[in-house]
Amino acid sequence: MTELTSTEKSPVLRVNGLSVSYNSDPVVYSVNFDIPHGAMSAIIGPNGAGKSTTLKAVVDIQPRLTGQIEIFGQTYDKVRNRISYVPQRASVDWDFPVTVQDVVLMGVYPTLGLLGRVRPMHWAKVMEALERVGMTGFADRQIGQLSGGQQQRVFLARALVQDADLYLLDEPFAGVDAATEKAIVKVLKDLQSKGKTIVAVHHDLTTVEAYFDHIVFINRSIVAAGSVAREFTEEHINQTYGRLVASQKQVI
Amino acid sequence: MFGYNAYLIVSSATVLGASAGVCGTYLYMRKNSLLSDAISHSTLAGLAMAFLLVSALGGNGRSLVVLLVGSTLSATAGLAAVRYLVNNTRLGSDAAIGVVLSTFFALGVVMLSVIQILPIGQKAGLEGFLLGSTAGMLAQDAVLITVLSIILVVVFLVFRRDILVVSYDPIFAQTQGISLRRTDFIVMYGTLAVTVVGLSVVGLILIVALLIIPSAAARFWSNRVEIIVITAAVFGGLSGAVGASVSAFVEDAPVGSVIVLVSATIFVFSLVASPERGLVISLIRKAQSSWRVHLAMGLLSVAENRPIYEEKTRTILQKNGYLRPDGSVTATGQNAAMVALKNEQRWQVWTSQMQAEGTSVDPLGWMKIEHNLTPDQLRSIDRHLFRRDLSNA
Repeated sequence: MTELTSTEKSPVLRVNGLSVSYNSDPVVYSVNFDIPHGAMSAIIGPNGAGKSTTLKAVVDIQPRLTGQIEIFGQTYDKVRNRISYVPQRASVDWDFPVTVQDVVLMGVYPTLGLLGRVRPMHWAKVMEALERVGMTGFADRQIGQLSGGQQQRVFLARALVQDADLYLLDEPFAGVDAATEKAIVKVLKDLQSKGKTIVAVHHDLTTVEAYFDHIVFINRSIVAAGSVAREFTEEHINQTYGRLVASQKQVI
Repeated sequence: MFGYNAYLIVSSATVLGASAGVCGTYLYMRKNSLLSDAISHSTLAGLAMAFLLVSALGGNGRSLVVLLVGSTLSATAGLAAVRYLVNNTRLGSDAAIGVVLSTFFALGVVMLSVIQILPIGQKAGLEGFLLGSTAGMLAQDAVLITVLSIILVVVFLVFRRDILVVSYDPIFAQTQGISLRRTDFIVMYGTLAVTVVGLSVVGLILIVALLIIPSAAARFWSNRVEIIVITAAVFGGLSGAVGASVSAFVEDAPVGSVIVLVSATIFVFSLVASPERGLVISLIRKAQSSWRVHLAMGLLSVAENRPIYEEKTRTILQKNGYLRPDGSVTATGQNAAMVALKNEQRWQVWTSQMQAEGTSVDPLGWMKIEHNLTPDQLRSIDRHLFRRDLSNA
């Protein structure tokens, strides 16, 4: 119970009474959860459960029908520069005429303003981020010439140059190779060890315990949220997905 | 013949072309090139209306400023109509553009013919706005076009990063605090401004070409937006310069059409000759890769003592001196076959055992492995092969 009380003291992210609807019926409703400081949290749920929608509502891309979002105790607008959001890889045009380093450089644009120049210091940051995700040799490549895993690493590098305190990732492991998945997890755990908070939409139950220490089960509304040790139970998986998957968990 | 006026006209056409190249690149990135077609065709109605109104009030309806204001107003209405249809109905932007473009243009044509009937002076030359004309252009018009074009380039350069991020990754752009609405506003109204400014030179039917062709041609030469913008500006400027010069020297040469034909020539040249994306290089690449694959497969067949059925493979082996006309293998052929076999075995070890450890190299067996992997990686592959041979022996 001590963990829960510390959670309530200073959550990095607090979602309260969130509902979102695209047309008439809400796709998520009555969503309440906290993400504690320094957590590495998975948002887990079946397809269409509203995982990505919830994340988008947090960063104000998706208009909310009801609810409040508090990040570091403030509204999103006030702490925008402390948050890094990594969209789904499929959401952009990979034939676009930019190189790997151009994409990563986009992460420092807000610090440049409209008229600021890109300085060697900024390029150094870009190169450092590319090194951390193991993509140094690809800086000059057009992004369309990369594999899916490499594209995801570039997105992660762009998030790294933002120097954020809260990282929100939408399906970072979707369609990537095993080596990339390992590399991404390593970078994320590294961030966590530096006191950053990480929230990732995730779809693979088999890796939850290895990668994450906090979990949010969602299926249109919150089924359970808390530490993986406590909440990652058959019962909660069962409630979120239905019985079929729960029996699979017994197998693994 | 090439007097002060002609010089002004050529320089204004050059700056206009460059400005349209820059604007067109950002429009192209935003995947909205055809929007410029709706904008340009919407100008005619406002242009005719402004002429009518100012003439009726006793002013000079032919004044470029009057015509630019009129065309801006109706182009704004056209743009708003397209945006309304796209945002509030299920029509796609192609259909919305088609509806608005044709309706506004038809209205403009009707008004032009009304003007022909009415007893108003100085109406000659209005139809020059359809296909462009520098015949009646004054020095002050040329200066106006130049100044407006330069202002537009500056605006696009100031907002270049916002437009880039919004075009590439709109979701990320929003989380960075970049307003989609403001950025799209700049791109659309920038396009509108270039269109209106370019009307008198290129004409409303062809101005769209000056926006689209230079950037489409520039895309063949680079994978980076910065370079594409500069290249498109050069292409557009060159087209404007050549087109306006020709029309200064050759009487009755339609300046807009000449400008567009010059840019089309640049486009075709780019399409054919681009070193990375051109037609010639892709044909050469295809032939080269076919040759290499046939060679590698043929040598593997030799190494593994399998018959070679394909005529093309045999011919290529013969040309390399690996095969005699009677089909027997030469000594160099045997050597080359052994090298090819080793290469193949190394690739197999790489794909099956080691690929996951490093960053991925596409395992294409016909590529020389020592050109693609580091010496360290090669050594560890060879150790693996050696161990496998030992355990087989």
